[in-house]
Amino acid sequence: MRKRRWLGAGASLLLLATVALTGCGAKNEPASTNTGGSATTAPADDGSAVQAIKDRGKLVVGVKFDTKLFGLKDPGSGEVEGFDIDVARAIAKKILGDETKLELKEVTSKTRIPMLDNGEIDLIVATMTINEERKTQVDFSDVYFHAGQSLLVKKGSAIKSIDDVTKDTKVIGQKGATSIKNIEEKVPGLRVQQYENYQEAFTALKAGKGEVLTTDNAILFGMSQQDPEYVVVGGTFTDEPYGIAAKKGNADLVAAVNETLKELKDSGDYAALYEKWMGEKPPEE
Amino acid sequence: MDFSFVGSYSGDFLEGFKNTIYASLLGLAGSFVLGLVLAVMRIAPWKALRAIGTAYVEFFRNIPLLLVVYIFYLGLPSLGADLDGFASGTLGLMIYTSAFIAEAVRAGIQSVPAGQMEAARSTGLSYVQAMRLVILPQAVRIVIPPITNQFLNLVKNSSILGVVAGFDLMYFADNVNSYTFQTMETYMVAAAFYLILTVPLAYATNVLERKLARTG
Repeated sequence: MRKRRWLGAGASLLLLATVALTGCGAKNEPASTNTGGSATTAPADDGSAVQAIKDRGKLVVGVKFDTKLFGLKDPGSGEVEGFDIDVARAIAKKILGDETKLELKEVTSKTRIPMLDNGEIDLIVATMTINEERKTQVDFSDVYFHAGQSLLVKKGSAIKSIDDVTKDTKVIGQKGATSIKNIEEKVPGLRVQQYENYQEAFTALKAGKGEVLTTDNAILFGMSQQDPEYVVVGGTFTDEPYGIAAKKGNADLVAAVNETLKELKDSGDYAALYEKWMGEKPPEE
Repeated sequence: MDFSFVGSYSGDFLEGFKNTIYASLLGLAGSFVLGLVLAVMRIAPWKALRAIGTAYVEFFRNIPLLLVVYIFYLGLPSLGADLDGFASGTLGLMIYTSAFIAEAVRAGIQSVPAGQMEAARSTGLSYVQAMRLVILPQAVRIVIPPITNQFLNLVKNSSILGVVAGFDLMYFADNVNSYTFQTMETYMVAAAFYLILTVPLAYATNVLERKLARTG
């Protein structure tokens, strides 16, 4: 009997702990800077999406809050900053003539399309790769960032691109990432040293355990900023084009976004933005 | 459960198994020899030797194995010594386990009655001779069970190679898992491979123990 009671006490403690923990987790999640005024975009094709934004006087954009270089909320200031944010500002300026008439809402890869569909946001600017499946769900703008797999090496390394990687090159990657399969297919016979996560992989690179670290260029740019002794080389050898998404049918809004992107590129502002966040000039197209 | 994926990854599993065997054998031999030397140092009649032995044992026995291996793998390069994952993992394993083996052997030696040493020395044997011919043969029998435990631990701890890209069984099991997401099945296959090593090892030492008990 006595033993039973202890068991019961233990079980309820465990239960309590679980509840407390999940409670904390839940609290952390909803972190949108919701200042009221949700975007109720008019449906359909009649060119009214842009008008609806103008009537509201504010562009509502879904961005990542947790992605380095693209959309990251500074825990100190509470400001969200990144490449995606600056692109969103440019769109707000184009449509409303004022880049501050912009509301940022946090999205994740999971929530972004539903939020677009139910009108909570006008646009998704959130490291979203254009692919065929998604094209049936949303309307994409032109490509605004060429993501893809690239190489990080120590400054002055003999390896300048994927062509310099042979099967005897010591390559480092993250366990289970598609980037491992990609590069092992590109370089037959190559064996990648794999680590639990990117921080460990980068530590191993810095300790000289390998000559090259490979994964998406966006992650590599982040590492390069952490330690400028390491640089991204050779451009991308896989292609993951990021696009800006609008609700299906909002052709006028997509057109406005494409115009913004074109103006940014023509004026050289795009290159400046790219260099501001990625630490290097954009690749030639 | 569906184990049909194992066939297409059998090369990975087997290579990992091979490297786990290598690491274990090197680790067993190295840690045993090192452990014996340390044990003798710890009870030597010279103070300096005792101090060195004690410092070594207490240091490596009381820090995590992962830390030892990281020091060899990531720390040493800053001093100019660059070991790959397999070498630093195996070396770390050897050095870490030797501290435990030293303790087991020391306890075994000290359980041989002190009169044995006195008697051996009075017949004219030197300290080293007495140790080698009289004390150690008796101590070995006593220390087989605790040393068996350390050996089994060493084989299992060789999975530490998995975190420093040492291409062992654990490393490949992690990889296979991240490709197939057949988590339960993958790790059960890995467990089976470890058992292939550890069960016979435990059995063999049991036989040895019984044999020594009879002849001794």
